[in-house]
Amino acid sequence: MAEKPDQTGKKLGMWLFLYTEIILFGGLFVLYAVYFSWYTPDFILGAKQLDLGFGLANTVILLVSSFLVAASITAVQKNQRPFALTALAGALVCGAVFLVNKYVEWGHKIEIGIFPGSEKLLDGPAPQNLFFGLYYVVTGLHGIHIVIGMVLLGVSFVLVLCRKITAQDDAVLDNCGLYWHLVDLIWIFIFPLFYLVV
Amino acid sequence: MAHASHIFSYKTLGLALGALLVLTGVTVGASYIDLGWINVWIALVIASTKAGLVLVVFMHIKSAGKGVVVSFLSTVCFLAIMIGFIFWDVAFR
Amino acid sequence: METAASFYETPEPARFSGIWSWLFTLDHKRIGLMYLYAILFWFLLAVFLGGVLRLELMFPGETVLSAQLYNSAFTLHGVVMIFLFIIPALPAVFGNFFLPIHIGADDVYFPRLNLLSWYLYMAGGAIAVFSLFSGGFADTGWTFYVPFSISTNTNVSTAVFAAFVLGFSSMLTGLNFITTVHKMRDRAMGWLQIPLFTWSLYATAWVQLLATPVVTITLVLVMIERFFNVGLFDPARGGDPILYQHLFWMYSHPAVYIMILPGMGVISEIIPVFARKSIFGYKAIVGSSLAIAIAGSLVWAHHMYTSGMSDTAVFVFSLLTFVVAIPSAIKVFSWVATLYKGAIEMTPPLFFSLCFIYLFSVGGLTGLVLGAAGANIHVHDTHFVVAHFHFTMFGGTGFAFFAALHYWWPKMFGRMYDFKKAYIAAILVTGGFMFHYVPMFVLGLQGMPRRYYDYLPQYAQGNFFAGFGALFMILGIGLMVANLMASFARHRDAGSDPWGGVTLEWTIPSPPPVHNFVRPPEIMAYPYDFSGVTDRSAQRPKGE
Repeated sequence: MAEKPDQTGKKLGMWLFLYTEIILFGGLFVLYAVYFSWYTPDFILGAKQLDLGFGLANTVILLVSSFLVAASITAVQKNQRPFALTALAGALVCGAVFLVNKYVEWGHKIEIGIFPGSEKLLDGPAPQNLFFGLYYVVTGLHGIHIVIGMVLLGVSFVLVLCRKITAQDDAVLDNCGLYWHLVDLIWIFIFPLFYLVV
Repeated sequence: MAHASHIFSYKTLGLALGALLVLTGVTVGASYIDLGWINVWIALVIASTKAGLVLVVFMHIKSAGKGVVVSFLSTVCFLAIMIGFIFWDVAFR
Repeated sequence: METAASFYETPEPARFSGIWSWLFTLDHKRIGLMYLYAILFWFLLAVFLGGVLRLELMFPGETVLSAQLYNSAFTLHGVVMIFLFIIPALPAVFGNFFLPIHIGADDVYFPRLNLLSWYLYMAGGAIAVFSLFSGGFADTGWTFYVPFSISTNTNVSTAVFAAFVLGFSSMLTGLNFITTVHKMRDRAMGWLQIPLFTWSLYATAWVQLLATPVVTITLVLVMIERFFNVGLFDPARGGDPILYQHLFWMYSHPAVYIMILPGMGVISEIIPVFARKSIFGYKAIVGSSLAIAIAGSLVWAHHMYTSGMSDTAVFVFSLLTFVVAIPSAIKVFSWVATLYKGAIEMTPPLFFSLCFIYLFSVGGLTGLVLGAAGANIHVHDTHFVVAHFHFTMFGGTGFAFFAALHYWWPKMFGRMYDFKKAYIAAILVTGGFMFHYVPMFVLGLQGMPRRYYDYLPQYAQGNFFAGFGALFMILGIGLMVANLMASFARHRDAGSDPWGGVTLEWTIPSPPPVHNFVRPPEIMAYPYDFSGVTDRSAQRPKGE
């Protein structure tokens, strides 16, 4: 196969893939928009029961992690390999902390009987069931994407370590970074819609 | 060599992070002020601003070319229409 | 006459041989053929299912299927036809094979992703087969409407998961084609020099990319509801089942444009060649393809007029539906105007294309009946709908697929088929098609519902008659396939340009060499300039 004439296609391909992720989550935001407009008071009551501390912490964590990923790309461009590795490692740690937070948050809710199909939700007001149903589906799907993103960052870390990603050839890191930023972008919208509608 | 002709300095990235954290604070603060139905829109505007910062600075969308910028905005538009058009139904039942 | 080893003899990557040179290939032409073999299998299977369904309906009461089996059979027929045949057929077979050649490239931008798309396609098919044997195939219809899809005991989750996997295959193909068209065009080929088949694939690719994720999340939600009982669509728990329909049709309506746009692209390629005349209104066809892709994404709720959604929505979506008919009509005018005062040479591809134009037009016009909110109330969920979508999907995309097969067969396989048998097959299929589906329009107008296992006595005659049409149609399809297969008994001597075409595939040997072009392709200023062809007194093998 002849040499690909234009390497910028790799970046285009990644952006196209990101569009599909936006639409994927978009479907869930469609449901949210409708139910929020119909049941605003119940959604407000639901949001009050979420732990703002966790939500805020996770928001900050993801913003910092995005910064670190972007910094790692700048570092690779400046041939500052050790710093690039540190930044990527930092982003991975952020991702892990995010998941731990999510685990604790979900754990709290499950303990007090708020989970899909639970009696408390079945017996309570119907729209609150919708709020928490959407909460679990949206944050669950988002969590899966955090895991995927972490895998991609891990792969990038190894490739930077083995000098397979360099200033001349950083498309893989670039693209993995784009994916991670998208996961952050989605959370930027999840946070206010679930935690701040009070 | 076909990637970003301009690399963002650590300073630029740091400033962007700072702005994002400030905006996060703003959106949390705004949620404490009860303006009725306007609150959601304020939150969405702030979130969109944050998203814009991430896109332009962290994701460096401009280096991907005008095609990407246009198609990204079109995708968001498509999503907006998806949500908006459903309201022809749900808002008039 | 140029000789070069064809892509059959030259694997890419070179280190593989035998079956592995196919299963691990990165050659877009081999991937296209692997899709073709699988797609033909699924098509014939679904035709068989359709035949069984219509046999059951030929006589009142139980004929060959129980009621439960009937429900699963029409679900399977729909799922296989839509997700495993119609949506992938033209892009995955002919798009893969010819898009790179049309733009002067040697492959798609992401060859490994292309192979992955094929494996995802095969995996989706395997999962669908698996679901047949584990707990009864879904009996919900291919639309999987809630609440029945959540409550029924049949194996909906597996069927839905198959569609989920197939969606990824389609989406990634779209991603690949968009990148390929943007980044791998020959330098001399500007946007307005791209052949119309490639344009149609480009427009389709955007719909594949942006619409498929909607059905992905919708199907995921069905699985989540079945497993975790969240209640997002359950009215008892605040949910709204109509939202499911909105989400489902937000993909599935654009999906029908994924089906038809490449078909229209094929017709736009074939008509000029056999009219020896440049296509009428190249820019109008390009513009209308994009317009269909965009406008077609705004009309989804015309499947839902009777669902309980608001009157405002009914009005808005009906209005938009009428708008989307306009660009389709532009294309029909362009094709007919191309034929006008052309030097027509009748060949099987042209014959299938002419049938396409007629059948698709009938389908499209009946779509207006359905799109009009008032008329829709009388025909929604009747056999009128069934006839409408078979005219557009089968008479449209199906026939375009047959036309594409007959047009590009000599290029892909280096062999020509027997023309006479091809014409007989085409006449049988078209005639059978009319006798099969026109009665369904009548039955629908008379009130016979769709997806009904049994019916009132007054519908018996129409159903019986339709069954005979099915027989001729299936015979025709069988003859068509057999005739094409029989071409393999011949030598590989079709020549690089048996038709007098002007797009780039006709400048290379049949079958093409692995890197497509023997010498750098010569890009013409306008893609449909036939002056060279009409000047040449070309020696073309006519059908025996």
